Amino acid sequence: MAAKPKVAFYWCASCGGCEETVVDLHEDILKVVEAVDIVLWPVALDFKLKDVQAWKPGEVAVAFINGAIRLSEQEEWVKLLREKCPLVVAFGSCSHLGGIPGLANDKTRGEILANKYHLSPTVDNPEKTLPQESCRVDGYDLELPSFWKQVKTLDQVIEVDYYLPGCPPPPSTVATAVEAILKGELPPKGSVLAPEKSLCESCPRKDSKPDKLSISEFKRIGTSIPDPEECFLAQGYICMGPATRSGCGERCIRGNMPCRGCFGPTPGALDQGTKILSTICSVGEADTEETARAFADSLDDPLGTFYRFSLPASLLKHSRRQEEH
Amino acid sequence: MVSLTIDGRTVEVEEGSTVLQAAEKLGIEIPTLCHHKSVAPYGACRVCLVEVEGPDGSQIQASCTYPAQEGLVVKTATERVLRTRKIMVELLLARCPGVQAVKELADEMGIEDTRFPKKNEDCILCGLCVRVCQERMGVGAVNFVNRGTAKKVSPPYDKHSPICMACGACEVVCPAQRVDLSEITTRTPRPIPSEFDEGLAARPSIYIPFAQAVPRVPVIDRDNCVRLQTGQCGACEAFCDAGAIVYDQQDSTKEIEVGTIIVATGFELFDARQIARYGYGRLKNVISSLDFERISHASGPTGGEILTTEGRAPEAVAIIHCVGSRDENYQQYCSRVCCMYSLKFAHLVKEKTGAEVYNFYIDMRTPGKGYEEFYKRLLAEGVHFIRGKCAEVTDVAESPEEQGRLVAVGEDTLLGITRRVPVDMVILSAALKPGKDADDVARTFSLSCAQGNFFLEKHPKLAPVEAASDGLFLAGACLGPKDIPDSVAQGAAAAACALSLMDKGIFVLEPITAEIDPDLCSGCKMCIASCPYDAIEFDEEKGVSVVIEELCKGCGTCVATCPSGVAKQKGFEDAQIYSEMEGILA
Amino acid sequence: MADAQFEPKIVGFLCRWCSYTGADLAGTSRIQYPPNVVPIRVMCSGRVDPTFVVKAFANGADGVLIAGCHPGDCHYQEGNYKAMRRYPMLLNLLDQFGIERDRVRLEWVSASEGDLFATVVKDLTEKVRALGPLNWNGNGPATAVGESA
Repeated sequence: MAAKPKVAFYWCASCGGCEETVVDLHEDILKVVEAVDIVLWPVALDFKLKDVQAWKPGEVAVAFINGAIRLSEQEEWVKLLREKCPLVVAFGSCSHLGGIPGLANDKTRGEILANKYHLSPTVDNPEKTLPQESCRVDGYDLELPSFWKQVKTLDQVIEVDYYLPGCPPPPSTVATAVEAILKGELPPKGSVLAPEKSLCESCPRKDSKPDKLSISEFKRIGTSIPDPEECFLAQGYICMGPATRSGCGERCIRGNMPCRGCFGPTPGALDQGTKILSTICSVGEADTEETARAFADSLDDPLGTFYRFSLPASLLKHSRRQEEH
Repeated sequence: MVSLTIDGRTVEVEEGSTVLQAAEKLGIEIPTLCHHKSVAPYGACRVCLVEVEGPDGSQIQASCTYPAQEGLVVKTATERVLRTRKIMVELLLARCPGVQAVKELADEMGIEDTRFPKKNEDCILCGLCVRVCQERMGVGAVNFVNRGTAKKVSPPYDKHSPICMACGACEVVCPAQRVDLSEITTRTPRPIPSEFDEGLAARPSIYIPFAQAVPRVPVIDRDNCVRLQTGQCGACEAFCDAGAIVYDQQDSTKEIEVGTIIVATGFELFDARQIARYGYGRLKNVISSLDFERISHASGPTGGEILTTEGRAPEAVAIIHCVGSRDENYQQYCSRVCCMYSLKFAHLVKEKTGAEVYNFYIDMRTPGKGYEEFYKRLLAEGVHFIRGKCAEVTDVAESPEEQGRLVAVGEDTLLGITRRVPVDMVILSAALKPGKDADDVARTFSLSCAQGNFFLEKHPKLAPVEAASDGLFLAGACLGPKDIPDSVAQGAAAAACALSLMDKGIFVLEPITAEIDPDLCSGCKMCIASCPYDAIEFDEEKGVSVVIEELCKGCGTCVATCPSGVAKQKGFEDAQIYSEMEGILA
Repeated sequence: MADAQFEPKIVGFLCRWCSYTGADLAGTSRIQYPPNVVPIRVMCSGRVDPTFVVKAFANGADGVLIAGCHPGDCHYQEGNYKAMRRYPMLLNLLDQFGIERDRVRLEWVSASEGDLFATVVKDLTEKVRALGPLNWNGNGPATAVGESA
């Protein structure tokens, strides 16, 4: 029974950054490899579906699944991994909350396919041909997975045991999580493996925050450079920090960029976007209906700003223009 | 200090004092005519003569100008003094036999008639007007002109003075009441309208606002006082024996920390000028209810006599109910007290003048003890009650009886005809409105308002004199129109509530305060930024925000602002609200 | 096409001091108005978290009414200013979600404005009725994100 536990990594609608974060363990990856057997890792190892289908249930201890779910193939795979593995960990913002791919819930499938396949200026597709789920090519039946109308989080498709938040999760949290799993020292099922307090608690700029913070107008990263030491909100930059879990090591803050909210909301918040909206507007300096409207109108894209990582996980989940799956 | 003896009694006075002042100190009365506390003594009338003893015998001197000296011996009522005084008064009487002050002096001294040939002057040449104008007012518009028997007081060259400022001091100070300002200046004096007498009477610049003022001390009207405006006059200071007048007093603001406040800021009478067709402010003898209160009051401008502006008693009076009340265009509500006071007015007018009284009313509202009975009594007294809102008050006569009178025009709905009632006086029973500054008061104390700007009590049945905020109570007409017994009852109730609150010794907190779990708070401070009561403080050591329960009023703003969802409001937690929502949307 | 029989379900958030009392007054004055707005009483309009509005829509509401004291008259000094500041941003956000502006209303109703309350309810109900049911159905289990505590 000295056999090393087996772990699986799988990716859905993602950018590959979560794979990168495992690589970023650098030398520590050797420790990981020493402790576990990675039996599935599409980015690094060859694999076949039938091999995974042949796994005995429980044979592979834990599956780390990153990426949001939008293809029927992704659904098939994650359901398979759920069946085979006693532990499934949603790895990274996309599987946890929907992530950046989740912003597609603001568009319709038709718009996305059109943009990708014939509207783009560098695409030459005068017949406006779109990929089909099945077609016959050279005598063979070719099948493609169906492309859902809506992006979903992992837990909207299968039951998830733990969440490792972050875009991507910092290498340190990955190492900690793997260790905890191996030791069997895990919090209650359904937990997010990150502190419960928001980013402000560990933020290097928190001492510069005034007691009575107020925002007179918004500043944009694209048109000005923030002061490297003062609290972003106090300067007028929208920082999701107050509404975002800590545990990321404040990599963005230290890079003089305000927090974008990738670790998702704290347990007490039902919806990250409306929570930060409430906070930011409450401390705005508008005192009349006109100035309140002007303040609101000065932010072009509240949806994209406040739900950058969490749209599919929000209360409304998607824009109404999308139809049901 | 010098010491002298008057009529055998010794007195000490300051150096520079006169014998008259020394006598005053002793309480010895010496008659005067040309003496006035506000101006320097002149010795013109020679009535204040006394006998002053010296080493070479005694001399008759005018006490108002004779200086008090160490060791002086004065006699004020010797035979010689009295004889000489008598001659002086007889001389004055001969010059001015018609002047009341001189006649009174003569009476006091037992003079029946003067032995000298009589003239018919009215000015006693005391020079008080000259002195007050020059010394007090610093103007000097009038002075003595000519010499000998032709001496008189006049502005230069008998022309109207260009420098007279029509202050009227000369008129006030003249013992003969002979000064006529219109002979001195073409300017007309501007009387200062008395606020308490509704502008129906004038008041001086230094005045006690009204008889029941607390504290009952005079105030100086900064904007009209000559002393404060030009540096002249200052007569009141000269008169005040207590030395209580300090001209350079500044307003001071006092901050007093209290635990309870009772707001009883009262009401304001509707300005009937807004209803142009009643002619208030345009037609003479159209007066408001408060105007009439002053006219009928014994301490008012007419001494309680009900008189028209022409000074006669009216033969007919119209009293118009509901001026600005029960009116879609002004106040929709009933002002509660007007029917009863209109009946009171009717009774007063009948009693004092016997005039015909016509009450134009919509409904007769007489709740209260004896009120309906009072109405019945008036019916028996022959007061005419016309059921119909008065349409207009006009001075345009349509028949000989209406010539030169006011006419109250209205429909008598019981008879079904329009009536034109000629009267000499119209009293408008105007609506009770919230005070002019009710807006500011409401904002200062965070009071909710209802029905315009009347303050809203916490609950009409369960807390009728409490305001919504703790420690704040309300009483009287600021809550809505009400009469005196009700106002007094509310005042007592509010005082009782305030006392019981203070007496308890403990303070009951709102149960619905906010709380922040220190284990989950990240110290983002956004709640502190949004709390209107500064009821949240930052614990630097623990790095968390903490609600100060005693200050928290339970609004829940911090809870909605908290980006972590960590702040909670007892009784109004998110889970409770979602539960309610679930029930609604089930 | 809006159902002629469609009765909108509108969740109302009324502040205890002004608008809830105003609604009470509408009731005691026997003013007739549609029953579609069901009020939830909060102490102050400042307590109304934009999350409530979004949750209401996600759970089946067709419209939301938030009512508070007139600016300057808030019983808690400034709570209604917070509501006033959150509201236009929330509307802009809802625009992006495709939820019509006319479904959400922020109104100032004082304790004595019973008829204003009735008018607002009538107007909002008709506007929402004209827009039709929202029928917002989220896919998958409606879990709060990563429930732990």
